[in-house]
Parts: sequence; structure tokens; C-alpha cells
Amino acid sequence: MKVLVTVKRVIDYNVKVRVKSDNTDVDLNNVKMAINPFCEIAVEEAVRLKEAGTATEIVVVSLGPQAAQEQLRTALALGADRAILVQSDENLESLSVAKLLAKVVEKEQPDLVLMGKQAIDSDNNQTGQMLAALTGMGQGTFASEVKVEDGKVQVTREVDGGLQTVELSTPAVVTTDLRLNEPRYASLPNIMKAKRKPLETLTPADLGVEVKANTKLLKVEPPAERSAGIKVADVAELVDKLKNEAKVI
Amino acid sequence: MSILVIAEHDNQALKPSTLSTLAAAAQIGGDVTLLVAGNGCAAAGDAAAKAEGVAKVLLADNPAYDHEIAENMAALIKSLAEGYTHILAPASANGKNFMPRVAALLDVGQISDIIKVESADTFARPIYAGNAIATVQSLDAVKVITVRGTAFDAVSAEGGNAAVEALSQVEDTGLSRYVSEEMAKSDRPELTSARVVISGGRGMADSEHFHLLEKVADKLGAAVGASRAAVDAGFAPNDMQVGQTGKIVAPELYVAVGISGAIQHLAGMKDSKVIVAINKDEEAPIFQVADYGLVADLFTALPELDESL
Repeated sequence: MKVLVTVKRVIDYNVKVRVKSDNTDVDLNNVKMAINPFCEIAVEEAVRLKEAGTATEIVVVSLGPQAAQEQLRTALALGADRAILVQSDENLESLSVAKLLAKVVEKEQPDLVLMGKQAIDSDNNQTGQMLAALTGMGQGTFASEVKVEDGKVQVTREVDGGLQTVELSTPAVVTTDLRLNEPRYASLPNIMKAKRKPLETLTPADLGVEVKANTKLLKVEPPAERSAGIKVADVAELVDKLKNEAKVI
Repeated sequence: MSILVIAEHDNQALKPSTLSTLAAAAQIGGDVTLLVAGNGCAAAGDAAAKAEGVAKVLLADNPAYDHEIAENMAALIKSLAEGYTHILAPASANGKNFMPRVAALLDVGQISDIIKVESADTFARPIYAGNAIATVQSLDAVKVITVRGTAFDAVSAEGGNAAVEALSQVEDTGLSRYVSEEMAKSDRPELTSARVVISGGRGMADSEHFHLLEKVADKLGAAVGASRAAVDAGFAPNDMQVGQTGKIVAPELYVAVGISGAIQHLAGMKDSKVIVAINKDEEAPIFQVADYGLVADLFTALPELDESL
């Protein structure tokens, strides 16, 4: 079985972003970048499928600037076999990304596409579902467990109120939630080996996709600041404040 | 303007998130049609007809929409989309699942998780775990939008008198099949609409101690939440997670117990009206957003709190 995994280059999850003073966007200058955590979980799941003998080849794809090669190399070091970068310096919105990925899917014909459920920069949670729609595949979003058997994928999903299991025919798109697995760290020998693994670079034009904006970003502002309140001495004072000052209990 | 709202329901009644989404629709303005799709959902359809501001209810009651399977829901909504300028759904697990599929089928983008309606085509939404608020203008002919329920005051569930139209067409794609579900059973209020939420973090030490929270929750009529650390450690089930990628809550009172306050957790609760933090580490970032902070060992503070309520 061939698995396609997508990775997005995003701000490292430990970094607290700041809004630019002209309110045009957030400031990403000199900020540490990394693989989106949910994408890392997708890579790990693909590697585990390969280790279990279910997957035969893992192709990792990223879309974005040339620097996204770093995240592809990381994915290769984690166990992906080869990489594709769809290079563009434009701001790619979810629908454009899904259209580009649909072309990569058409070319690569994977049996399973593993993606993160959302990127921690835009927090959109859209691309996997959009790719599934454009390719006519079934979708198993927010996965906490993935089982592949006889051309079917059983996906246990994290939903409001608990867990839901659905069965999809392959090919299918699965998006990962936090508890699907705990990603490994790349070992130094694997990082060295990853440098020699194939990395192909394409452009949106190569894939015949015209990148289009669906939205216009008008402004970006910091959220309303919440100021720290007071410290109470003990539980009795806390209960008193909640009853008589805040009047919430 | 003509708006199609997709209802979140349990077959019997509308979920509060539907009423909040109707409030967002009212701010956009125009005729509102509410789609109730499910299996055995006629009662929810009747409830939908009474909701404030609904001009018409479309009822799609068929096994194809059992558990709101995304592939069939998206195909249904696409088949109904013509003539609408906006399609809205709550940013619930269901809405997040099928709405981007709807958008792609219509060849438009989606604006996720809006917290404010600026105009009929411009909306505010949080990005970067709520550390920035983006104001975005849709350039598409049809606006496909998911709505953060806690950001809009629910419309009344009563007072409306809309006609219910049962749909005869059935969209069954056969792409996916519902197998089973494992739902947490709880008599406590639903996390996203509870008036009071009490959440535990890594400091709870284990799932046994997590029950200390539940006793206090029952006294306060509160829902119980958890930080990612507590869920990952197995103290609490996944559906209790509050944060950037879990549930977004904004209750009257939020009590964070043994939670340090990572930005990802703050993203899920910092719009709460009153925040209380109980933590033994006085440097914990949670205190920076708390109205009332108590530096104490939670294993003594929680039983004390339980007794004094």
C-alpha cells in the first residue's frame, strides 16, 4: 500500500506569536519554524504502517516556500521514502492547497492520504476534507486510531461527546488528532540518510493549477488582553469572592 | 441575502450551538433556512420550526444521514446550495467535518470558526491559538462559514413558527460507513454550553484524584474539562479536552485546577467571564489570566472547596 503524507511548515508550537505593529499580519521574522504537530503525527502513523508491513512506500508532500524543504527532510529522517515540494511563495489558502494536492494524488495514486487535522497557524481545519471532496474519496477526520484491513480503513474519530468509528474504502483521506500516536525523534544516522533521499520540486504551474485567493486578509489584531486579577489567601476567601464580588455561584 | 444554516441536533432537539449559529445568521441578515438532517430526526425538525428567526425548515430524515456522515451530508448540502448566499454551521466536530467538504464541492473557500460578523462578507476569526484575531473578507459568491458558538448569544428556542418541508431526495455516496460509537455518559451539563466549567490538569496526578473535581462540579452544576496534559496522561477522556484543538468554552465561571496554562489551553478558555486558578506553582502562567488565583495544594484545596459549597 502506498501512503501519501502531507506536512506544513509552521511556527514552532512553543513560540508565542506577536502581531505586527501595522496590523497587517503576525510577525514571523526570525521565528523558529517546524513541522505542524498534527502533520508530524501523520508522518509517524505512516512510518508505523510501514513498520507493520502494511505500507510499502511513503511519499511526503509539502506546499510552500523553498524553506519547507527543511520540514520535508525531517519527514524523510523520520522514515518517509521520498519527498515532493510544491514550491510557491504565494499565500496558499486551503482550497488551493487541496487542488494542488488533488493533482499530486492523481499522479501518485496513493491508497491512503494521511494529513494533520489542522495547522496551528491558520487553525482552519479544512484541507483534508477539501482534498477528500475534490478526489471523491471518503474521509476519516480527527483520527485517534487507524486500522487498515482488506482494502478498508477503520478510523476511530474524536468527536463531541466521545469516539466514533467509521469504515472507509481505499483510497481514503485520514486526518490526525493528537492521540493517534506519539511521534518519535529522528536519529542522527537517519538525519544523515535523509539527505540522500529523493526530493522533487514542482510548481503549481507544473500541476496545472491556478492558485486563487478565496479571502482577503483585512487586518490582524492582538486579542483583547486579560489582566491578572488578585490572589486570594485561602478557599474561604475564594468562595466569598465568587459569591459576593463576582456573583457567579 | 439568503442563508442556509445546518442544525446540530440529537434527533430530538437542537443543540445550543445551533441557536448561536442562528444568532450569527441574524447578524448577517436575510432569510434563514434551517436544515435538519439525520435519521429519525422529525422531532428535531419540529423544534427547529420554533427557533427564533427561522423562515423555513428543511427536514432530511433518512438513514443516509445517520450520525451525520460527512460524505452524505456534504452531498446533500451541495444539492441544496443553489440560491443561498451563505451556508453556516456550528464549528462542532460535525460541522468541522462536513463543511470544508461542502466548500470544496462548491469550489469556494471556507471561513472557519468565526467570532464576529463585521458585514455580510467580512468576519473576524482567531488564528495562532487565539493569539491573533484576523479580519477576513470572503471573495467567493457563496460564503461557507463555521461559527464558534461561545462567541454569539443564542437566539430563543421558542417563538418561531416556520414551515417544515420534508426533502424527498437522498444523497447516499456509499463512501463511508458508520461502525460504532463510544459516548461518554454524563449527567453533567455539556462542556461547550455549561454555565460553570471546572477543569483539571497534569497536577491532578491520576484519574482517581480527577474524581475530586467531579464532586465539586456536581455541587456547582458544572461541566468537567481537562487540559491536554490530563487527557494525554489518561486522567480524562478526549472529549473533555479544552484548548486550541479541543473544545472552546466561555462559561460564566471557569475553574482551572492544577493547570499551568499553556497557550494552547488558554486558547480554549480565556473568553470565560470569570476565571479561577488553583495551582501550587505561583509562577504558573494560568495566574496571568485568572481573576482569582489561589496558590495552594489542590489535594487540600479541592476537598475544602467541596465542603464550603
